[in-house]
Amino acid sequence: MPLDNAPDSKRKYNVVGTRPLRPDGIDKVTGRAKFGADATAPGQLVGRILRSPHAHAKIKSIDTSKAEKLAGVKAVITREDFPDLTDGDSGLYDTMYNIMAREKALYEGHAVAAVAATTPAIARQAMKLIKIDYEVLPHVTDVDEAMKPNAPLINSKMFTDGVDPKPKKASNIARRFEFGHGDVEAGFKQADIIVERSFKTEATHQGYIEPHAALASMSPDGSAELWCCTQGHYMVRDVCARILGIDISRLRVTQSEIGGGFGGKTTVFIEPVALALSRKANRPVKVVMTRDEVFKATGPTSSTSIDIKIGVTKDGLITAADGTFRYQGGPFAGCSPAEFGAMSAFAQFHLDNVRAIGYDVLCNRPKTISYRAPGAPMANFAVESVIEELAHKLGMAPIDFRIKNAAREGTRSSYGPVYGPIGLGATLEAAKNHPHFKAPLGPNQGRGMAAGFWFNFGGQSCVSLNIPIDGTITVSVGSPDIGGSRASMCMMVAEELGIGYDQVRAIIADTSSLGHNDVTDGSRTTFATGMACILAARDAIKKLCARAAATWGIPEDAVTWEKGYAKPAGANAGNFAPLSLKEIAAASPGTGGPIAGHHEYSADGAGVSFATHICDIEVDKETGASKIVRYTVIQDAGKAVHPAYVEGQFQGGAVQGIGWALNEEYIYGKDGRLQNAGFLDYRIPVCSDLPMIDTMILEIPNPGHPYGVRGVGETSIVPPLAAIANAVAAATGVRFTQLPMSPPRILKGIEDAKASGAKKAA
Amino acid sequence: MSGIKVNTKINGDPVEFMCEPDETLLDVLRNRLNLTGAKEGCSTGDCGACSVTVDGRLTCSCLVLGAEAEGHNIGTIEGMAHGEELHPLQKKFIEHAALQCGICTPGFLIAAKSLLDKNPDPTETEIRFGLAGNLCRCTGYDKIVRAVQDAAKDMRKTNRKGA
Repeated sequence: MPLDNAPDSKRKYNVVGTRPLRPDGIDKVTGRAKFGADATAPGQLVGRILRSPHAHAKIKSIDTSKAEKLAGVKAVITREDFPDLTDGDSGLYDTMYNIMAREKALYEGHAVAAVAATTPAIARQAMKLIKIDYEVLPHVTDVDEAMKPNAPLINSKMFTDGVDPKPKKASNIARRFEFGHGDVEAGFKQADIIVERSFKTEATHQGYIEPHAALASMSPDGSAELWCCTQGHYMVRDVCARILGIDISRLRVTQSEIGGGFGGKTTVFIEPVALALSRKANRPVKVVMTRDEVFKATGPTSSTSIDIKIGVTKDGLITAADGTFRYQGGPFAGCSPAEFGAMSAFAQFHLDNVRAIGYDVLCNRPKTISYRAPGAPMANFAVESVIEELAHKLGMAPIDFRIKNAAREGTRSSYGPVYGPIGLGATLEAAKNHPHFKAPLGPNQGRGMAAGFWFNFGGQSCVSLNIPIDGTITVSVGSPDIGGSRASMCMMVAEELGIGYDQVRAIIADTSSLGHNDVTDGSRTTFATGMACILAARDAIKKLCARAAATWGIPEDAVTWEKGYAKPAGANAGNFAPLSLKEIAAASPGTGGPIAGHHEYSADGAGVSFATHICDIEVDKETGASKIVRYTVIQDAGKAVHPAYVEGQFQGGAVQGIGWALNEEYIYGKDGRLQNAGFLDYRIPVCSDLPMIDTMILEIPNPGHPYGVRGVGETSIVPPLAAIANAVAAATGVRFTQLPMSPPRILKGIEDAKASGAKKAA
Repeated sequence: MSGIKVNTKINGDPVEFMCEPDETLLDVLRNRLNLTGAKEGCSTGDCGACSVTVDGRLTCSCLVLGAEAEGHNIGTIEGMAHGEELHPLQKKFIEHAALQCGICTPGFLIAAKSLLDKNPDPTETEIRFGLAGNLCRCTGYDKIVRAVQDAAKDMRKTNRKGA
């Protein structure tokens, strides 16, 4: 039984790579699955949050006395109910400031008070009775405006980090990052052609269909229970306990089914508020966000402003690449993914001279949080647009230009590490040979492509595996299942134990029943928690073999495990009939008691993942409306555990990228208020907007996982923005450098191009 | 409190409830009748997660008042399976991995059934437009459309046999 983690390329899989039915399927098609808002508690109250109508305002006073006197109101809370217990932890302080405003309201929708009442109507009435005296301050919502020296200052104590010497004047620039190697100035001197462009992208929201919901029950003795939809219930527990000043072990958080997250549910918003209301009312309190609140007061991703400069020789070799990435992250430092944007921007190239500078910038917008491959899609949009333009200037096929400059095993990445085996080249070659690439285009259609990258993450996982007396398996994991991961966990355990998938069930344990698990993010769950499942199964196998050894009276190391049976390791070990998992489990009460396997660790070795996307778009030049007519995703999965759900990740990410490229945007008025906080005006792609999304799974094993698994969830949102921009450029002859490419923007681009062409002609 | 008494049939069963004049049918289903299969994604009729049928017609239950259900037949996801037997659409959604998080699934199933009741042999385009009132953020819709196509095929076979 090999215990090392390197993948065995000759291994034949029985379960991994098949497409079994997910264990929670029936619950989810019958309406039985319990999501965040589906739970109730005896005597529960309705919690509602009052929010700032101003983008930036000093909160001079809050008078809750009238609301408190209203019959049916059981608790009213404000900043006074959240004393600062953060002990110098600035990240935690900002999280607390975000869930309940303190000196200032920092964006429209910032929570300023909350009530718990017996009915929704009374709660609404109570909110109207809360009097807040605001002093409205100048605001800024645009990232470039926010960086100007005379911009309204959001935090007067903010002095840019990462600049030497540290500035003496406060600004909205929280931090400067720099990555790269070589000498870009020297590289540009070697270039025959240089393209330099500036880009802007608007903020988008993860757009999960389930609004945040929390049901809290906290007693005066400091013990508490919380039910909520989150990507990480251990994170929720730790953060809430620290904000509220209770022992972490006194708060038990149970994760509901989660109706989408995409990174947006990796922090707390309403959870500490629900707990604080419950503590004050001494009754359970349920808080459910409206869609309007989700848009205004949760964490969308950054809007950005990006400059890219790339130089090439006549024969198509990149000599230097340089980029500046300005990301606004809302009103707190360290929230924008500027760092990931700068790190990932040039990761798909083999470069001798590269520099990426990132700026984390404050604005009067909601505090941003991760959105699928946070920071990478915007950077990729800018870089891969310039790459396409360079290829055209070179007279080289864009695919060949990309292949020529592609990162490969041994390449020093633009963000530092040297790559091991990677699948970028394979995805590019597969794209070149794909029937989609050679298919004819119709009138007004254009084809674009882009290659993208994501780091992937490992992190902490803890898994317990219990074997009851009938030899079936319960796997307890602490990673919320946001897209079918229970099935993958069961498959990996079944594979290791050599038993059928149907004999294994996975549950998501609450925070009091299992050790810490990091948030389900960074495409880490199938990789890291999956590997913990494999290692927990191996731990159980060791114990099963020990029981067999004791039964036979031979040494433990003389027993081997094969296809669900303990067997003597060889002829010298003795002649015993194999003992099945079932037999060993049935005998367990008399051979030493229950049998369980465990594994807890912090996983390293998450393999990076690359994808190449091909997109055909048709543009109506009269209206500017566009339609995706064909789309193909080719991505390296390392090893696809459940290929149907891997395809699902490819397709879902691609379509979120399509929405980002073509429609989705946060639109702010001059007053700093969000103008489109609903699904009618913030338009995510619907079924009739799209074709089928073709997928191709490549498997270049990750050396850091026993089966070669790489995370697959995030990379798929990285290439679409550029692939679509390149397709639109091919269809219209106009290069768009601002997202989204909504119909009015495309129409204006076409008309402006016509006008400037006409002028030239004149 | 000015409660209104309402008589309806839900999934074929007679149901009597009291509700406030401003309560939506979705509120009543979820908060009074414990039928939480219909979800609230937006409360403005844009996401379709609260889809039900009213006298067989596909409806966003967040856009209907509870009081308006008087005398009508309401169909919800809880009534889609017959005992242990899942509806073909339910089976195919699981088989095709047509759900990831599953929050939109009840609404999609109600909308898809409503479509197939009217049009047993829809084209891909007809399916896409038939489901355009339901938002899914996880799947990109590909596997949902395939599941509906496959279920429709199976249902046509069964119906032919039945006839």
